[in-house]
Amino acid sequence: MNRIKLKGVPILQQLHLEECLLRTSSHNWCIINQGTNRPTIVMGVSGKPAELLKIESVLCDQIPVVRRFTGGGTVVVDPNTIFVTFICNKDAVAGLQPYPQPIMSWTGALYNKVFQGIGDFHLRENDYVFGDRKFGGNAQSITKNRWIHHTSFLWDYEVRNMAYWKLPARAPEYRLARGHLEFICRMKDSMSRSEFISRTIEATKTRFSLRPAEAESIENTASVNTKFCPTTRLLTKHELEAAAFASPSLGSLSRSF
Amino acid sequence: MACSRLMWATRAASYLRISVPFTLRVRGFSSVLKDLKYADSHEWVKVDGISATIGITDHAQDHLGDVVYVELPEVGASISQGSSFGAVESVKATSDVYSPVSGKVIQVNEELNSSPGLINASPYENGWIIKVEMSDKDETNKLMGSDQYSKFCEEEDAKH
Repeated sequence: MNRIKLKGVPILQQLHLEECLLRTSSHNWCIINQGTNRPTIVMGVSGKPAELLKIESVLCDQIPVVRRFTGGGTVVVDPNTIFVTFICNKDAVAGLQPYPQPIMSWTGALYNKVFQGIGDFHLRENDYVFGDRKFGGNAQSITKNRWIHHTSFLWDYEVRNMAYWKLPARAPEYRLARGHLEFICRMKDSMSRSEFISRTIEATKTRFSLRPAEAESIENTASVNTKFCPTTRLLTKHELEAAAFASPSLGSLSRSF
Repeated sequence: MACSRLMWATRAASYLRISVPFTLRVRGFSSVLKDLKYADSHEWVKVDGISATIGITDHAQDHLGDVVYVELPEVGASISQGSSFGAVESVKATSDVYSPVSGKVIQVNEELNSSPGLINASPYENGWIIKVEMSDKDETNKLMGSDQYSKFCEEEDAKH
């Protein structure tokens, strides 16, 4: 498995790299990005801004909104988010069926090792939690021969960024209708950033022979595949405004003027 | 559920000595329909002249979990055998869906936009995904029949 360590790479750039590696590479990859450069909202493939976001706040504060290629929910990421991604061939893990639940269980077992002796770690309904508080959100994409599982870990977060979310219609049962601040927790309260990174790398090494990826090999993958067009993209201001106008609550307010 | 209705229909037809278009075979927890063809990526195809209806199998929907979103192709799009034409989202994952045959998309199941769960509830009937005008009917010779697909699923599950 090739290991890529990044710091402060914009999340859109990271997702483009991941989508390219999933679709065009035949190698296994582990990508760790310590923080993105600015607060960004990242929705899953089927995310609808009007349902998930307080669009007027998002537009007012000019927060970028990205729709990614994987499934799952919406996150607000910033320089205090740590991203860990695994991209694997379907036969990379012996005995692992390339379906959502087995892949999720496999990563849960890996992170069990990372957080051994630290807090009350669980994989709970597809989230990583300490007790009943979420600190890591997961998403996947599965093709015929490969899969990707990526996680955004809340090492820390800004309370004000929670203000951009509405309560999601689809939520895990253990959330129990809690608001965002009562539902999530900070990983830094349990572990230092460097310890998390080193433990994750060590846990991965127990499953793969891990080697640092050369920058040249990443560039070669990207340049050879200039034909590849990622589906992950930034939503335009026009799209967000249209979503806000079409929203029953905001649309009527706009139309009344 | 489609499976129990078909099972009742098959048994009733057998008692009344009338033929039915499909025969339900149940292996373990996933159903397989006799008169369809199957791809190793777990899509089924029902051929009617030069038209083909395509969906994902009961085995696939069972392993994917609750489908919450379906990415459909455009009508008129060209697709080729073995290539991806769309995706389904279940829980936290998008999973590509592959075409068992080549041709042109002539219809998509718009119901899936509002009711993606049809893929789980009725994978072989109401959960169909696209209809295609085939460009080469002989391509179906490369696909599996129901017995072969059943065995394929059993072997795949046994390996893991």
